[in-house]
Amino acid sequence: MEKILSRPKALKDFPLSYCPGCGHGIVHRLVAQAIDDLGIRERTIAVAPVGCAVFAYNYFNFDTTEAPHGRPPAVATGIKRTNPDKIVFTYQGDGDLAAIGTAETIHCANRGENITVIFINNANYGMTGGQMAPTTLLGQVTETTPFGRDPLREGYPINVCELLAGLKGTKYIERVSVCDAPNVMKAGKAIKKAFQNQVEGRGYSFIEVVSHCPVDWGKTPLEATKWVKDEMLKIFPLGIIKDETK
Amino acid sequence: MAKITVNQERCKGCGLCVNACPKKCIGFSSEINKIGYHYAVLKNEEACVGCGSCYQMCPDTCIEVYR
Repeated sequence: MEKILSRPKALKDFPLSYCPGCGHGIVHRLVAQAIDDLGIRERTIAVAPVGCAVFAYNYFNFDTTEAPHGRPPAVATGIKRTNPDKIVFTYQGDGDLAAIGTAETIHCANRGENITVIFINNANYGMTGGQMAPTTLLGQVTETTPFGRDPLREGYPINVCELLAGLKGTKYIERVSVCDAPNVMKAGKAIKKAFQNQVEGRGYSFIEVVSHCPVDWGKTPLEATKWVKDEMLKIFPLGIIKDETK
Repeated sequence: MAKITVNQERCKGCGLCVNACPKKCIGFSSEINKIGYHYAVLKNEEACVGCGSCYQMCPDTCIEVYR
């Protein structure tokens, strides 16, 4: 028998700090696999967020820097403009990208920087213990919406992909999920495509991964993946939102 | 002939691989590992087809697939 699937080289053999069943670990592996497949590990620079993925520099086996909360697109812009031959990507959660860093996100997309953005949407602020995020669903109970999110009080969940698709600077936008094995494989293809776009100089690529946060949602990992399928995907439909790379 | 191996010290016992297995050949250990979880084990090696669904779902990349 021969080994057909194992840890990608771009992912260090280091214990992840994420809770059991967290979707972050799956996305880390998909990113690492895409970088291995494209053979770009020696020229990749990641920008980690503030949030659960704050320790990404411990996990990825390539250069990684850390940006203040919400600012990875600004830091990535600087790195990419001074090192245009490098492959630069940001890895951000919903609190980071859709709340605190909304301005940086929108202007980076609007400038059409040739970077890749990996956005993990798990409908809450995970690291701080499960408070409401802009992506929290209506009626969803979080630490700061104990009776469920009410649109009259907290507004509606933001569909970041559709928001960015309206900007002329964005070239490739896709929403994927890691709620089951077939979707994980599709997510892997989308992430690889987003990196391929940057290698070919096609411009700003954005991948939203609808992920699960079992511990902060108060669910088991299985219940959490089921909730993603049954509830989150109704609000955040999967698929290619925009593709101007052809 | 196919099989998987699980990194017993890293597995957090989340069960996503157990649920993802189409042949239902993965289960949990009776012992706990150093970090306090019942880790995943291949219970029925004969049924494993090496499809890699468990590998795809494992958040901690604990699983290696052989075929």
